[in-house]
Amino acid sequence: MSDSARLVVEGLRARVEGKEILNGVDLVVPTGEVHALMGPNGSGKSTLAYTLLGHPNYEVTGGSASFDGTDLLPLAADERARLGMFLCFQYPTSIPGVSVVNFLRAALKAQGKEMPAREFLRTLSAVMGELKIDESFRSRYINDGFSGGEKKRMEILQLALLRPRLAVLDETDSGLDVDALRTVAEGVDRVRGTDMGVLVITHYPRILEYLRPDAVHVLHRGRVVVSGGHDLARRIEADGYDPILGAGAGTAAREGNP
Amino acid sequence: MTMAVTVEAHELTKDYKFGFHDIDVSVFRTEKGLSPEVVAAISAHKNEPEWMLKFRLKALSHFRKRAMPSWGADLSGIDFDNIYYYVKPTEEQSRSWDDVPDSIRQTFDRLGIPEAERKFLAGVSAQYDSEVVYHSIREDLDKLGVLFGDCDTGLRDHPEIFRKYFGTVIPANDNKFAALNSAVWSGGSFVYVPKGVRVDIPLQAYFRINSDNMGQFERTLIIAEEGSYVHYIEGCTAPTYSSDSLHSAVVEIIAHKDAHVRYTTIQNWSNNVYNLVTKRAVAYEGARVEWIDGNLGSKVTMKYPAIYLMGEHAHGEVLSAAFAGEGQHQDAGSKCIHVASNTTSNVVSRSISKGGGRTSYRGHIKVHEKATGVRSSVRCDALLLDEESQSDTYPYMDIDSPDVSIGHEATVSKIGDEQIFYLMSRGLSESDATALIVNGFFEPFVKELPMEYAVELNRLLAVQMEGSVG
Repeated sequence: MSDSARLVVEGLRARVEGKEILNGVDLVVPTGEVHALMGPNGSGKSTLAYTLLGHPNYEVTGGSASFDGTDLLPLAADERARLGMFLCFQYPTSIPGVSVVNFLRAALKAQGKEMPAREFLRTLSAVMGELKIDESFRSRYINDGFSGGEKKRMEILQLALLRPRLAVLDETDSGLDVDALRTVAEGVDRVRGTDMGVLVITHYPRILEYLRPDAVHVLHRGRVVVSGGHDLARRIEADGYDPILGAGAGTAAREGNP
Repeated sequence: MTMAVTVEAHELTKDYKFGFHDIDVSVFRTEKGLSPEVVAAISAHKNEPEWMLKFRLKALSHFRKRAMPSWGADLSGIDFDNIYYYVKPTEEQSRSWDDVPDSIRQTFDRLGIPEAERKFLAGVSAQYDSEVVYHSIREDLDKLGVLFGDCDTGLRDHPEIFRKYFGTVIPANDNKFAALNSAVWSGGSFVYVPKGVRVDIPLQAYFRINSDNMGQFERTLIIAEEGSYVHYIEGCTAPTYSSDSLHSAVVEIIAHKDAHVRYTTIQNWSNNVYNLVTKRAVAYEGARVEWIDGNLGSKVTMKYPAIYLMGEHAHGEVLSAAFAGEGQHQDAGSKCIHVASNTTSNVVSRSISKGGGRTSYRGHIKVHEKATGVRSSVRCDALLLDEESQSDTYPYMDIDSPDVSIGHEATVSKIGDEQIFYLMSRGLSESDATALIVNGFFEPFVKELPMEYAVELNRLLAVQMEGSVG
């Protein structure tokens, strides 16, 4: 493992509601790189996302996870966020009565990224424009009555404003039509950079055509069983998981990361 | 010159920043306990006309005859013999803060009243124990004939208006605590808005209890003539004492044809105050009455602001928010009585319980037999912050007319783990996340407040939320 690596996951095991879901995940996402995490339904992709971000219902039973050299496992979700980790939720919850603008200011403040009011509003306007989010969103309540596409854009809006050092995108592409997908993917593309790692969890290779991942990992039964380049995603799209999982299951786990 | 001495009381509620009290500077008080002699002494001290003394004594006998209400909150801790029913803080009412005794003025300074007056109020009345020690009204409103003073002044200086309305909306025998107030009332507000006059910015009354074992019984009468508008705001705090205090107010509102009255309350008594208040309005043709009722403090509150919709197209609105923490029971609600046709009412109640606190919503919608085209909507939502807290809903519907549209919705929910996680994943601490969710839950209420009060309420809530998560 190199020193410049940001997210380092080794042998991570976790369970939720008493059920073991992660069975020894090994994964490294270096800064500045985009990694994709694919895998069949139920393979543990979202569990990995929640576990990395510190959801209290996900209990780590073994292994380790660190970010930028800091052990993540003792940290609460807010402490992980303040380290620069970010999760784009697959199903973001609504919080009635809390306006988007107040929430965003509170989040920036919590992360020590507060801006003067005018700068904040200007930045917000610019990012909302890029993401094709209507100005009226500012005063709407968080995700309250949002369509699926609006919720996803709201997540990307936060990503763009909070500028994390590691973003985990949990099926951010699911349920989006082609235009919305392009808007969202371009949004992610715009904020990625040399100082940010991205872990994209997805079922569909389409978003990867926009994001051009540096590496693709396949999660199966709670372990990373195969890793490769962008072409791995294209092979999955063409042939499904069976040929890959049949060939690689069980043996590739330890050599998963390049 | 008197030096102000304030004592911080931390033993009961360390988060309640209004729990300090001044040394006793009172100039007169009746003996502890309640008797015809005490009632007569209050009346005599105020040089009241004979009819008011008779009114008070009759009310006292109503009070004594009536049983304690047993259908609501637990009132067994009230010891009527251990209460001072009248404590007069100063010899005279002042029109300048400079004339208010230092210790009392400094208390109101700490409460931010003179500052608020300078910034955004049309008039201020400040009651300290049993009497209003300061009041003012903007000169232009004075010239337009708007009256704003305490009820004693109303009785003395405007007897023709006062007597016409006093006790007509809430008779002395209405309920046990209205009877008690009617017997020993003092201070409060008397507001008269002449026909067509719109008081564009709020009038505020602030009620402060200072003495221990104190009963505060202010009496408020608001008369809005045809086509007028007034927004009246009241706030209240008290020192934290180990023994209980009693606050039992009566508020009567008369909204004449097409008048619009908004009455906003931010109740923040300390956790040793029994707050048992009767509030009722009558709304005539086309009138609009709004009770904006926030209950954060007190040990026990029982309060159900009512609107009698007497004329066609009258509209009533009750928007309430209640917060009950450890040892608190907020038993609050509303009553909308549709007497006339084509009247409408809208009730929105939000309550939060934490730390074993209890909130109850008690509501009554009544539609008289001959009232047609009535519409009413009731929505109450309760949020529980932990397992030990409690919330209950008691909606009563009494519909005697077939031509009505009534909606009622009630929900009780626990604060969502997913909401907390969502906010924490953006860097907010668990307590900040909880406070934000709580603020959001109260948003329908808070957005109705003038900005300064909204800010203050959110700040108070944040204090209440501190240490609420483990």
